Amino acid sequence: MANPSGAQDTQVLLQQQEGISEERLNEILSSYQGKEEELIPILQQVQQVFGYLPEPAMKRIAKFLKLPESTVFGVGTFYAQFKFVPSGRNIIRVCRGTACHVRGGARILREVEKQLGIKPGESSPDLEYCLETVACIGACALAPTMVVNNETHGQMTARKVTEVLEQFRGKK
Amino acid sequence: MTTAASTETGERKLDTINLTINGREIMAKKGVTVLEAALGADIYIPTLCYDPDLKPYGGCRLCVVEIEGMRGLVSSCTTPATDGMVVHTDTPRVNQSRRITMELISANHHGDCLACAKNQDCELLKIARYLGIEQDRVERLRKGTQVLSVDDSHPAFIRDLNKCILCAKCVRACHEIACVDAIDIAFRGNSARIATFGDKPIVESICKSCGECVMRCPTGALVPKWEKPPAEEVKTICPYCGVGCSLYLGVLDNKIVSVRGDSEGPANKGSLCVKGRWGYDFLSHPERLTTPLIRLPGVARQAGHNGKVHEIFREASWDEALELAAKRLLELKQDYGPDSIAALSSAKCTNEDNYVMQKFVRVVLGSNNIDHCARLCHASTVVGGIAAFGQGAMTNAYSDFEKTGLFFVIGSNTTECHPIIGSMIKRRVRFGGAKLIVADPRSIELSDFATVRLSHKPGTDVALLNGLMHVIIRDGLENKEFIRERTEGFEELRQLVERYTPEVVEAITGVSKADIEAAARLFGEAKSACILYGMGITQHTTGTDNVKSVANLLLLTGNIGREGTGFSPLRGQNNVQGACDMGALPNVYPGYQRVDDRAVRMKFETAWGCKLNDRPGMTVTEIANAILGGDIKGLYVMGENPVLSEPNLEHFRQALEKVELLVVQDIFLSETAWLADVVFPAAAFAEKNGTFTNTERRVQRIRQALMPPGEAKADWEIISALAEKMGKPFDYQTASQIMEEAASLTPIYGGIHFDRLDNGGLQWPCPDTSHPGTSFLYQDGFARGRGKFHAADYFPPAESISKKYPLVLTTGRVLEHWHTGTMSRRANVLNELYPNGVVEMSPIDAARLGFIEGDLVVVTSKRGRVEAPLHITEKSPPGVIFMSFHWREAAANILTNDALDPLAKIPEYKVSAVNAVRRRKKLR
Repeated sequence: MANPSGAQDTQVLLQQQEGISEERLNEILSSYQGKEEELIPILQQVQQVFGYLPEPAMKRIAKFLKLPESTVFGVGTFYAQFKFVPSGRNIIRVCRGTACHVRGGARILREVEKQLGIKPGESSPDLEYCLETVACIGACALAPTMVVNNETHGQMTARKVTEVLEQFRGKK
Repeated sequence: MTTAASTETGERKLDTINLTINGREIMAKKGVTVLEAALGADIYIPTLCYDPDLKPYGGCRLCVVEIEGMRGLVSSCTTPATDGMVVHTDTPRVNQSRRITMELISANHHGDCLACAKNQDCELLKIARYLGIEQDRVERLRKGTQVLSVDDSHPAFIRDLNKCILCAKCVRACHEIACVDAIDIAFRGNSARIATFGDKPIVESICKSCGECVMRCPTGALVPKWEKPPAEEVKTICPYCGVGCSLYLGVLDNKIVSVRGDSEGPANKGSLCVKGRWGYDFLSHPERLTTPLIRLPGVARQAGHNGKVHEIFREASWDEALELAAKRLLELKQDYGPDSIAALSSAKCTNEDNYVMQKFVRVVLGSNNIDHCARLCHASTVVGGIAAFGQGAMTNAYSDFEKTGLFFVIGSNTTECHPIIGSMIKRRVRFGGAKLIVADPRSIELSDFATVRLSHKPGTDVALLNGLMHVIIRDGLENKEFIRERTEGFEELRQLVERYTPEVVEAITGVSKADIEAAARLFGEAKSACILYGMGITQHTTGTDNVKSVANLLLLTGNIGREGTGFSPLRGQNNVQGACDMGALPNVYPGYQRVDDRAVRMKFETAWGCKLNDRPGMTVTEIANAILGGDIKGLYVMGENPVLSEPNLEHFRQALEKVELLVVQDIFLSETAWLADVVFPAAAFAEKNGTFTNTERRVQRIRQALMPPGEAKADWEIISALAEKMGKPFDYQTASQIMEEAASLTPIYGGIHFDRLDNGGLQWPCPDTSHPGTSFLYQDGFARGRGKFHAADYFPPAESISKKYPLVLTTGRVLEHWHTGTMSRRANVLNELYPNGVVEMSPIDAARLGFIEGDLVVVTSKRGRVEAPLHITEKSPPGVIFMSFHWREAAANILTNDALDPLAKIPEYKVSAVNAVRRRKKLR
């Protein structure tokens, strides 16, 4: 789970923006007993509050549960639901379902990656966007598709990717 | 007796089971797995994840077998063998399954066998050959896996996860043996891999570099960077700390090319730490001394060298250098008397070196002015231990820890200073249900394993221990029978500790009442407890009182002289126990026989054939003042570096600049040797034969693996040659001859003979050659008869913080380095892992002072100033800074206090009042 370059700055940025604090973490932990089996519920709740699992939070959880830090990380990375980098404010999802795949979804993903300069699972250093892939969004008739926040864009082409991203950059 | 014996044989029968493997009747011990039963009968079963030191895992699925009556194939490494079991390990079904498994494993293993460092002993390759795996079938199964970048961040080993087969031996070794947990399996499915926290390079993780993982990796995923196949292996003992780990040095072309732990070593059972595994390249370092050196005429002694060797010394022949040293020593003896010369022996050298050294001082120089660095580490243990029990050594053995219910670790950063004992404690707490109390001002690694953690203020140990005893007596948890039968002086102690209520102790130590009560109850109620301690107890002006208080607590609860209990001072140097045993002390001959005892002296006079001096000599810590006062004119130093290890260094350096004659023998031109008039090149531990005695009193053999560089000689050879030049030849040919003489004069070593030390050594007391050695002491009685309580009141440290010096400095060691760094700083791996000294400060103090990580700070005390970069860590409590003393550029001992314990003459290294300011210039 290589952090994108500038991860440290991102964390500082996020701390300022989202207010990740020791107190909020302690508040979450205070409703648990410190038993090993509480690990996943705690990770879920921490992610819910912070949007991802920050390293200092995982270390604190490890201490609280008397588990090795490496184990907390190992368990976290096993599940697809957990994220280890902060989400961008705008979530871009590119569909990789069968229909989209047949109609060139991979090309669309490559184009988005190129234009944003990030890979799926990563966020841009300024935390403006993050990129994810989804298995199917259920709009196969519009394949290939991508979703920006909650807005679906169908019948995508490389040029339309530029339009969508630009239009959306304009909105900012 | 007959009944007992017959029950025993009956039990032995019950302890074994019979099973049939491949049609053969096999007998096996009850409790073993099917795999172990088969391996024990020389029946091969391929496996990649089994390791005798680790718990069964069942990960690789190669060890599957058919067992009659069980459905399907079962993994033999996780199935317990039972009586009457019928097992088949080599059927078509088994082999087909193994082949498929092996093909799948191989398909995920990426790497070029030709270029792989492990190709000589790759388990994967071996099993692939055994099962007859075909390359093209493997290739067909290969999935385009992402190529992971190789992690070569660690100076000692490479991590190439492309070659990893996920047997998890590394993860399990890290968890079960080292108890460090730096790595675990992370991610999922095809991406699953071994990862540190945050999947960072290993060197940025909490890895302690012990190499237990590297030793166990079956493939080329973890390989040492520098290892080569050795031409021969030599079994010897690690020269770093006092644990006494047994190991094999692999030798090729007179160089160490590999190191492996000795699985039969009684101390380490195969484990090694970062120093013991990677720390030997100092042996072939270009700065090793190869010829005797003589100071050039007219070159003044100046501490803090920065010149070139040839500007200060010239090379000389042995004959010339010995002649010069002999002549000058004889002159001093004649002009000022025998007591004008002092000698420092060495806890790094063998028992034989130390025996010859003390004999040289007593017979040839004619004084008792011999001491060594034990004065600076455990002098208070010897004094306190003798007062309480009659002897100052560790009373138990490591094997005893297996039966200990409660460990009380006070003033010992065990995982850094005695790493293998540290791991033993962690394993006992993690897997054996043992409890742990840790008392340390700093937050150390063991604190995370502690049941109760007491963070007391530096120098308040007596108050803390008295407080614990107060609660134990108040709650009636003392062992009344033990006190009545085996001790004396209880009433005085009871009266004294009555005053140490939890409230009083909280005010002195800063430990909360609740924690004091909890720890006291834990200790008082423990079925078997032992107290392990280190310099945190001994290096105080109240060091002897601290040790006596430790002894009091053990006597009070009857935790001594039984299995699983004991008094465990952890000795620092590899042979500090032995150097003391061999009489490298100013008041005793070998075996702690007093020089002022007439009968003893006569025994030694007869044996050595000369009159002996009956005045106890001078201690290390008194020498500096004696030189400055003109009483000591000559100093002979063997393998010690007092210029960095003494407290209040400036004072000591002034003394060394003034002394008329300084002779040093060492393996390097140490900071002390730079000041010498004559320097003799000595052979290192791997270049000579002899014995070391570890902290559990175990005398173990060291064996010559290499030829010494140039003209270097073993220390005992040098001293013998000098004795001959001075007209009193010793006539030893081998180290074993020396031990024979020492054993004949030292009752506790009476049965120590080189021939008896091949398999794990012997623990003293070992009075005669048929004696098996003594695992734990005082089963039937104390050396002094009854155990004695000593009521010890709390006195604050000699120096307390003031407006000018508002912080407490406490000193110690770090895992990667050793003492004054003469060896460890010349070992590449150790030096790269920890290249320079730092000042450790708590985040609270740093924030208050406005310091940031890496700032260059100047630390000052009344005695001097030192500069080092700042490291902010929660290990340090507020108000306390920590420095290690390995660094000549940032010598912590310039700051430390040379105030002495009145009885043991040990200096107070652990508490100095200092100030820290930031220098404007920023480092890096």
